[in-house]
Amino acid sequence: MTMLEASRSGRAPTRRPGLRARLMKSDRFVTAVVFLVPALTLFTLFVMMPIGEAAWYSLFRWNGFGAPTNHVGLKNFQMLMQMDAFHTALKNTGLIIFFSLIVQLPLGLYLALILSQKFRGVVLWRSLFFLPYILAEVATGLIWKFVYDGRHGLAAGITDALGVDPVYVLADQELAVYAVIVVLVWKFFGFHMMLYIAGLQNIPRDVVESAQIDGASWWQIARRIKIPMIAPVIKLSVFFSILGGLQVFDLVWSLTRGGPVNSSHTVVSFLYDFGIMRMRIGFGSAVGVVLFVVCVGFAFSYRRIFMKED
Amino acid sequence: MGIGSGRAHRLYHDLALVAVGIFVATPLLVTFLGGFKDQGELRANPFGLPSTLNLSNFAQILSQPDIWVYVGNSLVVAGMTVALTLIIGAMAAFAFAQIRFFGSRMLLNYVLLGMMFPFATAILPLFVRLRDFGLLNSYAGLVLPQVAFGLGFSILLMRSFFKQLPSELWEAAQIDGCSYAGFFWKVTLPLSTPILATVGVFVLVQSWNNFLLPLVVLNDESLYTWPIGIMQFQGEYNTEWSLILAFVTLTLIPAVIFFAFAQKYIVEGLTGGAVKG
Repeated sequence: MTMLEASRSGRAPTRRPGLRARLMKSDRFVTAVVFLVPALTLFTLFVMMPIGEAAWYSLFRWNGFGAPTNHVGLKNFQMLMQMDAFHTALKNTGLIIFFSLIVQLPLGLYLALILSQKFRGVVLWRSLFFLPYILAEVATGLIWKFVYDGRHGLAAGITDALGVDPVYVLADQELAVYAVIVVLVWKFFGFHMMLYIAGLQNIPRDVVESAQIDGASWWQIARRIKIPMIAPVIKLSVFFSILGGLQVFDLVWSLTRGGPVNSSHTVVSFLYDFGIMRMRIGFGSAVGVVLFVVCVGFAFSYRRIFMKED
Repeated sequence: MGIGSGRAHRLYHDLALVAVGIFVATPLLVTFLGGFKDQGELRANPFGLPSTLNLSNFAQILSQPDIWVYVGNSLVVAGMTVALTLIIGAMAAFAFAQIRFFGSRMLLNYVLLGMMFPFATAILPLFVRLRDFGLLNSYAGLVLPQVAFGLGFSILLMRSFFKQLPSELWEAAQIDGCSYAGFFWKVTLPLSTPILATVGVFVLVQSWNNFLLPLVVLNDESLYTWPIGIMQFQGEYNTEWSLILAFVTLTLIPAVIFFAFAQKYIVEGLTGGAVKG
């Protein structure tokens, strides 16, 4: 309206701004549409719709051929809840998260407190600890499969040298999942360490210096100043750690394939083994739905409770 | 290290660094050295230096044409994924950062929602969908889902970078009669190479290492990416560890070199997306 009034007031370049504004407006609209359509289309086709379809397929008994017709209601979920292998997978996934919270994160934090200081060789230490994170999980799995191999691998070399009986960690139903957890710690503590280092380096130097002048010890400074000041980063790393822990697959598959006797399955490796390998689309989708509900439920409630102010 | 850090602490710290350092380095060193040994020596002396500089394992790996096919496939898929993610992601991020339109916030949240979704939930329906589209056993069958799942993260990072560019730039461009598309192409993108590099490096690493998607999508061995190929190789050679370790070493070398060059961007992507954002 203001544009119209301005043009009525009768000054010389009356129509131009109006035309130009209209052109701008249509350019704005057209650009927004053209720039957004590819991303939104791909995202909808390959992320949103598959997630929705998983919920739909989970209600059928379907081997993937033809259309899903054999509607079985919640049978897939019932079957799932009664399977021992799934219980083990849930328990293992819980163990993975538990150990990543009580071993991996504190280790990363402790090393970050040391390595966020400046001294000779600090960059080298950081790089060494971060290195496992950038390796492919499959390569990591094969390296550790060799380490654990009690007949031909590193474990064999150690037991030979000590003159004791060979140990087959990955073939042991009790130990296999812990062996996987050791590798997960090995691979991912450096990631969390890097996050913490970035947070620690943002702490203003004078805060720490004045505490040092007051005679605070290293540990007091860490506990009373540094750790509280990077609380947002810690919350975030806990978030990543749990969300990542829920989805562990590559490493388990390359190390144990969920064995022996399904003892080291995680939720996702269970999904792969019992859903995809056996082409039970409905059943596998039901596993996916459980995983989805846990992940999204966790993500939403965690952000609501712990990351409100950030 | 200031006044407050006593000697005792220094000692503990050094001990901790060395202990963790041994824990991290041992498997890597043993792998690297193992590639130079033959099966017998590896078994008898897994820790020590190889007695001779035996390159036959590496030669045997590198002379297999399959391996070059796997690496080539991985390169093509990763290259296409990076290019497509950068183009499509930057366009969307620009629209979200620069253009005001109805529903902008809602659409942004829609795309960002995807970051929370577990990929494994989508994998079975994705398999059905790719089969129906005729995209199983094709590069596109890997590239399109990878791009789609990387968009949330990429748009988040790029949008916040675009928003930090000075708004005077756009005001000046508008006076010169510059269109949104022209501004995007001539001003925003050239100024955004740091964030494009960060996102690009991240997407590249993710695609290069991806395992679950190619495992489900690929059947045809001539299209295998290297993670699938190396698993297949391990299955065939089972416990011929000296050969397998040589193969693993060959995959580690480019990763380490790449990391040395791209470390800055990798760390920025981690911390920029997490700590600052």
